[in-house]
Amino acid sequence: MRSDTRPALRPRAEHWVAPLEETPLREVDAADSSTTPRSLWAEAWHNLRRNPVFLISAVLILFVLFVAAFPQLFTDQDPRYGNLAQARQDPSAEHPFGTTVQGYDILSRTVWGARTSVTIGFLAMIGTTLIGMVMGSLAGYLGGWVDEVISRITDIFFALPLVLGAIVIATRLGSMTMPIVVLVICLFGWTNIARIMRGAVLSTKTQDYVMASTALGASSTTNLLRHVIPNAIAPVIVTATVNLGVFIVAEATLSFLGVGLPSTSVSWGGDISAARSALRTQPMMLFYPSMALAITVLSFIMLGDAVRDALDPKARKR
Amino acid sequence: MTAQPTTERPGAASGPAQPLLEIKDLEITFTTSTGPVQGVRKADLEVYPGETVAIVGESGSGKSTTAMSIAHLLPKNGTVTGGQILFEGRDITHVSERQIRTLRGDQLGLVPQDPMSNLNPMWKVGSQLTEALAANGIAKGSAAKRRSVELLEEAGLSDAERRARQYPHEYSGGMKQRALIAMGLAARPKLLVADEPTSALDVTVQQQILDHLDGLTQELGVAVLLITHDLGLAAERAQHLVVMYKGQVVESGPALELLQNPQHPYTQRLIAAAPSLASRRMESAREAAPAHPRPHRVSEPLVTVTEREADTAAPADPTPSGEQDGHGPEFGYGPVNPEAAIQVQNLTKVFPLRGAVPWKTTPFTAVDDVSFELARGTTTAIVGESGSGKSTVAQMVLRLLSPTQGRVLIDAKDVTEYRGADLKALRRRVQPIFQNPYGTLDPMYSIYRTIEEPLRLHGIGDAKSREAKVRDLLDKVALPADMMRRFPNELSGGQRQRIAIARALALDPEIVVCDEAVSALDVLVQDQVLHLLNDLQAELGLSYLFITHDLAVVRQIADNTLVMEQGKVVEQGTTDQVFQDPQQDYTKRLLAAIPGGSIQLAGAEILDVEAPEGPGVEAEAVHPEQVHGDDDPGERFQRPDPV
Repeated sequence: MRSDTRPALRPRAEHWVAPLEETPLREVDAADSSTTPRSLWAEAWHNLRRNPVFLISAVLILFVLFVAAFPQLFTDQDPRYGNLAQARQDPSAEHPFGTTVQGYDILSRTVWGARTSVTIGFLAMIGTTLIGMVMGSLAGYLGGWVDEVISRITDIFFALPLVLGAIVIATRLGSMTMPIVVLVICLFGWTNIARIMRGAVLSTKTQDYVMASTALGASSTTNLLRHVIPNAIAPVIVTATVNLGVFIVAEATLSFLGVGLPSTSVSWGGDISAARSALRTQPMMLFYPSMALAITVLSFIMLGDAVRDALDPKARKR
Repeated sequence: MTAQPTTERPGAASGPAQPLLEIKDLEITFTTSTGPVQGVRKADLEVYPGETVAIVGESGSGKSTTAMSIAHLLPKNGTVTGGQILFEGRDITHVSERQIRTLRGDQLGLVPQDPMSNLNPMWKVGSQLTEALAANGIAKGSAAKRRSVELLEEAGLSDAERRARQYPHEYSGGMKQRALIAMGLAARPKLLVADEPTSALDVTVQQQILDHLDGLTQELGVAVLLITHDLGLAAERAQHLVVMYKGQVVESGPALELLQNPQHPYTQRLIAAAPSLASRRMESAREAAPAHPRPHRVSEPLVTVTEREADTAAPADPTPSGEQDGHGPEFGYGPVNPEAAIQVQNLTKVFPLRGAVPWKTTPFTAVDDVSFELARGTTTAIVGESGSGKSTVAQMVLRLLSPTQGRVLIDAKDVTEYRGADLKALRRRVQPIFQNPYGTLDPMYSIYRTIEEPLRLHGIGDAKSREAKVRDLLDKVALPADMMRRFPNELSGGQRQRIAIARALALDPEIVVCDEAVSALDVLVQDQVLHLLNDLQAELGLSYLFITHDLAVVRQIADNTLVMEQGKVVEQGTTDQVFQDPQQDYTKRLLAAIPGGSIQLAGAEILDVEAPEGPGVEAEAVHPEQVHGDDDPGERFQRPDPV
């Protein structure tokens, strides 16, 4: 033993033992049954509920959704009724936000615009998430040439600007409708979900529990559906939430540029575009739809942040 | 402190020595989301100049926390809430950040736990050392460069000048740890705090590094505070031991005295469980069920005829099975033994290594002509260091990888070509238990769903009978039935591993492949799981293929042992044969490297194997051009990098 070769350096080499009553011995690796069982999703929800950012954004989003669902409750004016005799009015009891250059009621335009924006945002979010998840999980899970092909397709669509694509399609079709706007956004917006899904699937598929499941007799498809996708989905949910805000902006951008919804439909982007000409004389015409857009988008991005915090993979290990 | 302190050896001074480091009544509290948690309570500890003191404890015992508090390196939510830390009589418990920074490096060196993540991959190792020297005001410019080469040399790196110009990824794990030791000792500190300095390394490398650290600190008169979970290692390296449990010091005293005469029940328990100190295969607590007799238990040495001949004919040949190299399947295999649970014949796995250009690959033989038998109801261990190909063998037996050559016979049938329904039926009979308790269970699945999964996959029983089975399995692995509503994140590592065992047993397999199944667990928990595995074997007549790097564990659980090195079997026989009469130098080196193997305990027979005179210094076969990391190659190829 090496210890013997060294000189004793300690003046008194006493053997000290802690009193047993102060250091009680516990059972080895005893199961703790004091806490309530909670799944990861329950845990995430538990953390989420305590996050002020989540509470604020959730209240705002619920409000926006409520407005979008029941616009009649917030205004009795027809957003499509333009009365030039009442154009450019300041706020009054009849028109609380005033009227536009065309004599539209700004309040009702803003309220009804929520429905358009939220609908397009949700549909585009669902569409992109579906496309992205399918593409991403196939690329990540199958690997090899499938991965190569899908990744290059993703890169191509990632490189094409949304606005450019929308302009091309709008000029080809002549006029746009809501389903076409959603399709255009889906076509150019699925790439980041696909990339995130691919990365998450790549790291999940090498986990021991996937290997264990294979050894238990699970097929490759079973593994993908039962283990890999459920565990890879958290970052996708975060991105999809943030994307919802981004797509609402995208719709507004397209409408602003005149390649989105036709001017006959009520949307925040269209209204912001219409407000350009009256910016100096009627700043409120720009203010209300812009604020509505900003608050909605901000809420979804904040929600995405809060969800990310709750689903943080580091917190999983505890 | 720039002078060579070899001359001023503090401990050698006469007169009553003052402790270099004194910790009194230390209390450390962590603020967590569920309120304050006391990490350390009433800890007392003294380190005298020049001596080595080891803090021993399991994870969560507060050993690292105590050590880190000395250098004020506690995590953000941890604070010292009571007691004192005295360094050379000076209270450093609450001194300013600037004062502690001059203390670190200059008086107090640190060797971190994980050599892989503690060197900056963007910088040359030499530059990182030079920076450390400059930061401590020891040397600058070219002098610092020269000094850093000297320090690397001192840390036992051959060709230090070239090594200093290399990047960390060109170093193996052991070399990185040597560089970190050089860094810790760069300023000639009076105290070196080494936090599990070798836990991430192979056992032979661990021994070299500790030997070197020992010699170096003794020569320089540096006191060492060694943090370790390994009692055997602590006893071998330190003069004084401090045992911690749940944040408290439960016992301290001279190393040998403490081992031979432990007073506190926790220390007694720890010594009883320490695998490095145990000396024979554990006996089952439960009697073997009469329905499952174990006919082959330690009866016949499991060396095949050819191997035995090879051994006697050429005992010096390091690879007795290597002579069969040319044997392809068309040349036929050895005789089929229908009695064996598994018969592995001439198993070979070649991975294509990515070459310089994507369309070119270099073949890499991870497993080279491995043959063995696993008799029913017994345990065969495959031992080897990282890169030996042992896990690759396990994965081929599990049919998670296909062999390049050779075959795996189960019930005298070659299963390597099984597909579809045959393969699924095979899966029921061969089950794995993996190493990482945190990765082996799907975090999204409740415990019930986890254990039920195999039953559901194979369409066994209805919901009610499946629940009964899950209850029964939980009972078998000694966990309460209400555990099944819980999720993996609520369980400890040992409990997760027991769930993994329950899942593996759900299909009533005959063979269980344990791939480092207990390596990640604390000593006591490891002991518990090993006993559980052993009892289950007696009760259910299971055959185990036990893959591990830990020879001490092998001795406790295995009937037969295979030693693998670089893809080849270098030695195989009964565990007793291999341990008492090792034939190969490599096996001898491995055995000699078991920490604490030569410490005598009351009632235990000692295992004393002389290390052979070998190439010694660098046991790691490292080619500077071709270092890819220390993990098992099989694993490396199988898992694609997330790009």
